[in-house]
Amino acid sequence: MRPYLCILGARFRVQLQYRAAALAGTLTQLFWGLIRVMIFDGFYRSSTAVHPISLAQVVSYVWLSQAAFGMLPDRVEPELRDMIRTGNVTSELLRPIDLYWSWFCRCLAMTLIPTLMRSGPLLAVAFAFLELQTPPGAASVLAAAAAFAGGMLVSSAITALLSIGLFWTVSGDGLTRLSVAAAYLFSGMVLPIPLLPEALQKAAALLPYRYVLDVPMRLYLGHIPASEAPMHLAAQLAWLLVLVAAGRSVLSRGLGRLVVQGG
Amino acid sequence: MAAIVRVENLLKTFRIAERRPGLWGAVAGLVHRRHREVRAVDGISFELGPGELVGYIGPNGAGKSTTVKILSGILVPDSGLCEVLGRVPWKQRVETVARIGVVFGQRTQLWWDLPVRESFELLRDIYRIEPGAYRAKSDELIAMLGLERLLDVPVRQLSLGQRMRCDLAAALLHSPELLFLDEPTIGLDAVSKLAVRDFIRRLNRERGASVILTTHDLDDIEALCTRVLVIADGRILCDGPLSDLRARAGSRRSLTVDLVDPAASVDCPEAEIVSRDGQRVQLSFDPTRVKTADLIGRFVARHPVRDLFVENPPIEELVAELYQDARRDPPDLP
Repeated sequence: MRPYLCILGARFRVQLQYRAAALAGTLTQLFWGLIRVMIFDGFYRSSTAVHPISLAQVVSYVWLSQAAFGMLPDRVEPELRDMIRTGNVTSELLRPIDLYWSWFCRCLAMTLIPTLMRSGPLLAVAFAFLELQTPPGAASVLAAAAAFAGGMLVSSAITALLSIGLFWTVSGDGLTRLSVAAAYLFSGMVLPIPLLPEALQKAAALLPYRYVLDVPMRLYLGHIPASEAPMHLAAQLAWLLVLVAAGRSVLSRGLGRLVVQGG
Repeated sequence: MAAIVRVENLLKTFRIAERRPGLWGAVAGLVHRRHREVRAVDGISFELGPGELVGYIGPNGAGKSTTVKILSGILVPDSGLCEVLGRVPWKQRVETVARIGVVFGQRTQLWWDLPVRESFELLRDIYRIEPGAYRAKSDELIAMLGLERLLDVPVRQLSLGQRMRCDLAAALLHSPELLFLDEPTIGLDAVSKLAVRDFIRRLNRERGASVILTTHDLDDIEALCTRVLVIADGRILCDGPLSDLRARAGSRRSLTVDLVDPAASVDCPEAEIVSRDGQRVQLSFDPTRVKTADLIGRFVARHPVRDLFVENPPIEELVAELYQDARRDPPDLP
């Protein structure tokens, strides 16, 4: 474990240098959150239908998703992209550690550290002034905490898989564009999953993205009752195992076809 | 003693996508890609014993770095046998790289944004080095390479020579038994070059580390290596001591004479006159046909001489000749 924790620690120290970016990120999330809340407010006021999720819950859902924005697996890990493009991936291969877990740690650091740095202030403001609810009970708190932690791991496994794909496409722009659309739509970032059309909800159920944000947030709100948490956590764990296994197998194939030109 | 590196008939081919020039070529490439196969390593074999310091030289694109990358587990060869410290590097990568040290002169393995000391400490954790052993080893390397004042500087702010010394230390923290140095003196100034060279020599002579050194700097080879492997177009042309290389690449020596009388005519049937510039005459001769001492004796008997000296051709010329011969008629190696 120790070498992998050290990689995480090193990434943390590097990320801490970007304090201004963290502050700017928080303000951007706050601004976008306000716009999203106003749009939902307008829609709910203009409609008399019965909604699958209440406005109060949607508002909280928006603030949670704004705070956890950094968890979205929407791009490849930028350092891995540079390493594979320039051939510096050689120095990764020279370390006596498992390549997949070392890259997984990089991806985890990429999502975890900005989220930790940015979410605190945003959640505090949202609690104090912007009607962010508290969970309905202790069971929901526990379930949501476990689900957010699991969501972080699922997100990192998706990012790792995308990044390993760079062995085939090198530039990574295409992968980033594809994944950004899927991640936004199916994790609940565009609309809460319960508000999606039925066909899209079915698609979301077949994809891992909802276990990154939607399920943890609805557990927090009590929209998914705590009694159903074990089932969802088990599904999340299953996705994690599948994604890790896929990442490992793709990585070992990628290494077999590796070409590193030049000195 | 058993060989610590054993390579037999190693083969590695790269596929390179080619595109005809111009816009039409680019469009045609959308429909039909042309590929060219390049044999970077074409059936090489050699062994390395413990404590050997081998120079591995060859022109650009000869396959030097590819060989090193296969030996260090980065690339997978198409075929052939290869054992490093009793292991197959691309199959047992983690076990192999834990016991070797690799420096690529054109890349750094240090963390760009972190101070050197933190990079070293990360390596300590990654290689799982005991704290006591780490302290002893890092103190020793810091003293040998003169790194005291560099430890708190982020790597991106180091000069190339400083960075190379830090990279060398980083590759040795885990006390590897075998070291691959890929152009460690590339781009360094004279002082840094000498420091790096001296360090490699001490490492080999005092610590008994085995080293494979790739380089374009033949002074490195003359200063350090007892054995030289010359590779061109993926094949080994020559494997043996430096003196063999000299013998093989042409045995002519040059004799430079300063005459007393600048206008005197020179007559010397045993040697060929290469140039004449006033009193200075440059002769070239084959020491297997006429002994150096005899030639000098006869020359001095015929002409009044103020000064003279004999030289071996510089090693650059030997190697350039070998490379050209290889291009002209590729040797029939297995």
